[in-house]
Amino acid sequence: MTRRARGVLLGISLAVLALPSASCGSDDETGGGTTTLTVYAAASLTSTFEEIGRRFEAEHDGVQVKFSFGGSSDLVAQIQNGAPADVFASADTANMDKLVAAGLDGGDPQDFATNVLEIAVPPGNPADVHSFQDLAGPDVKVVVCAPEVPCGAATSQVAQRAGVTVHPVSEEQSVTDVLGKVTSGEADAGVVYVTDVLAAGDSVDGIEFPESAEVVNTYPIAPVEGTDDPDLAREFIELVLGDAGQHILQDAGFGQP
Amino acid sequence: MIPRWLYAPAAVGAAFVLLPLVAIAARVEWTDLFDLVTSQASKDALWLSLRTSAIATLLCLLFGTPMAVVLARTSFPGQGVVRSLVLLPLVLPPVVGGIALLYTFGRRGLLGHELDVLGLQVAFSTTAVVLAQTFVAMPFLVVSIEGALRTAGQRYEVAAASLGARPTTVFRRVTLPLVLPGLVSGAVLAFARSLGEFGATITFAGSLQGVTRTLPLEIYQLRETDVDAAVALSLVLVVVAVLVIGLARQGRSAA
Amino acid sequence: MNLRFEAVVADRGVDVTLDVADGETLAVLGPNGAGKSTLLEVAAGLLRPDRGRVTLDDRELTAPGTFVPTHDRRIAMLAQDPLLFPHLTVLENVAFGPRSRGAGRRDAHAAARHWLGEVGAADLADRRPGQVSGGQAQRVALARALAADPVLLLLDEPMAALDVAVLPALRQTLRRVLAGRTVVLVTHDVLDALLLADRVVVLEGGRVVEAGPTAAVLERPRSAFAARIAGLNLVSGSWRDGAVGGVRGIPVGPEPASGAPAVAVFRPSAVSVFREAPGGSPRNSLPVTVTDLEPRGDQVRIRADHLAADVTVQSAAELDLAPGTPVVFAVKASEVAVYGT
Repeated sequence: MTRRARGVLLGISLAVLALPSASCGSDDETGGGTTTLTVYAAASLTSTFEEIGRRFEAEHDGVQVKFSFGGSSDLVAQIQNGAPADVFASADTANMDKLVAAGLDGGDPQDFATNVLEIAVPPGNPADVHSFQDLAGPDVKVVVCAPEVPCGAATSQVAQRAGVTVHPVSEEQSVTDVLGKVTSGEADAGVVYVTDVLAAGDSVDGIEFPESAEVVNTYPIAPVEGTDDPDLAREFIELVLGDAGQHILQDAGFGQP
Repeated sequence: MIPRWLYAPAAVGAAFVLLPLVAIAARVEWTDLFDLVTSQASKDALWLSLRTSAIATLLCLLFGTPMAVVLARTSFPGQGVVRSLVLLPLVLPPVVGGIALLYTFGRRGLLGHELDVLGLQVAFSTTAVVLAQTFVAMPFLVVSIEGALRTAGQRYEVAAASLGARPTTVFRRVTLPLVLPGLVSGAVLAFARSLGEFGATITFAGSLQGVTRTLPLEIYQLRETDVDAAVALSLVLVVVAVLVIGLARQGRSAA
Repeated sequence: MNLRFEAVVADRGVDVTLDVADGETLAVLGPNGAGKSTLLEVAAGLLRPDRGRVTLDDRELTAPGTFVPTHDRRIAMLAQDPLLFPHLTVLENVAFGPRSRGAGRRDAHAAARHWLGEVGAADLADRRPGQVSGGQAQRVALARALAADPVLLLLDEPMAALDVAVLPALRQTLRRVLAGRTVVLVTHDVLDALLLADRVVVLEGGRVVEAGPTAAVLERPRSAFAARIAGLNLVSGSWRDGAVGGVRGIPVGPEPASGAPAVAVFRPSAVSVFREAPGGSPRNSLPVTVTDLEPRGDQVRIRADHLAADVTVQSAAELDLAPGTPVVFAVKASEVAVYGT
């Protein structure tokens, strides 16, 4: 290939790559002179963080908070690949540790909430589940998170402590998937977090069990290294840790760290 | 006879499709490849995928071929609408397909009660995987065979009938052999689509090793914990896909 | 087996009634769109007429409340395209009919070999359809149709797509195997009609406009189409003062009544061509405009409007003709045959 041809090819490639980013970029401009704070947060924090975000925007003129919710490990992977996050809130310490290990934490992680497991059953509890031990029943269709994801790891620990062997009909990738199988009535029971049961409202019933207290999941939050506005990131984290934030979290079923 | 400048965007397009495949190959831990793809979980997933895809392809052939014949050879009111609906899974997000299947065959679905009475529990079973795959793969087969039928035309069938052949004889001895290449390439495509099916399966069938966790679900799962294994298995699927495309091409060029 | 056929297909403007006697070959002539294909489709059971009745001997195939499916009619078809099944050998193609009617493989193959022999294609038995020429394929298709043991054979321009070189031999074969069979032959080749058919019908605009023994129709055409394929000039009009539409001629047979519809027919070779009308000539002078010139051996056929004249190459050169040239066709009244229609 001639130099000129290679130049043309490179030019076209760059143009092609620039097209989508140009069209996305125009979105950001709509706010005029606003500053944007981008928060990457675990999926289980969706409703609470959206509410905290609204409060933050109300308190900070010209600031817009944008969220990316997802599985904690996905979020870490995205940040490692250069995603423009200012704050990262993880559903477990393991994934926050990954961020720290990669040197991407822009400040010490702080625990801001805890969450414990609860059994979700379809309304009316058709399989008559009342304890964690009931999940071992031969006719009970139980859905859990896969052991590889945080909620699944917690479930395994509880099962071990309780001395119960659960034979799930499915090991799902996320809490949402577990909840989906329960709300649709396909599964008799699913092991999810207290907050998920609360958020699901009337579509599931929650069954508490004492063993859950022994496996408490802790949520840490930290600014991300390289954020454009470390002060704003710090202020957001303070809001989460402060009374207002904690109040919102506890209303949704989260515990205090 | 084409303008030379067309080569540049064509090359960009080709690179866009090929580079990610190269990237997978570059990312694979070649020395551990064998161990990575032969773990028990991987073997279970691969075997499950092959089994369910084969059964799904068979189901597509059994029901899709007659469907293609009816669409290509008859006309009835609302046929256009029926054709569009049958082809819907081609453009439908698979996760929507999964939800639709859930509300059809699930415990509380349209047919759930009837299936329950018959003692059939579809959800969370390998059957559910096969149903999900059949649902998404069927249109590939129908489109392929219907196209072959339209290309072949009805003239041979009319000739056969005028020689005294009953409709069943015509179908068996004339129609099917004539569309065989289309049938083969359609079946290969349906098999490939079944093998790659993810969204409808995870929504409808769940994920359990050896029962419902097919290769794509296993890759999705491993991505969390064992990226090397996920990449290695991805490579396996890429290789299978390349083989399938090659087969389908051969089927078509034989036509 | 005799065929009685009447059908009305309204949306194609077809309304045809005809009969074919036992052992008779009927040629159906007509321009494109005259309804020939519709006729065959109705006979073969591929199309339900709006009204009509198809009866083969005493068996009603199509009638109000009756519609025998194609495969059960015992009517075989041979079309322009041989349509040999590409996945079967020549032998298996010919054995297809017997096999479909329940014969065992051995018997079916024996019958197939017999019919391949009859059409002179025995040596092709083991070939694939892709490995035979167009003429050979049509022979095989003929054998296949005959092997199905049909009581009526429908031939739809069976030689229209073939190389001219193979036509004479195939015509001979057809003449031999069709003898004694009941056949409907759609063609627009006058030779096919002359050599193969006992009788012809001419379709125009979905109606039978002419019917009769082949020789009679070709000698005394009453329709423009029949005249054209017979290679004759035809002027139609009413018989008045010794002329039809201004063309004087000699009545053959009974003289038509004055004012009755009649045709004047004359050969192209009887026509002389002039640039200017010859003065004081007793001949018919027809002013026309040249539309086309066509060499025919040592002659040139000059087509002008709907008439034709054959002149020598030399005269054509002397006249210096080209499409668009106004000329005068002259023909002696004694060369013009007039008869009522």
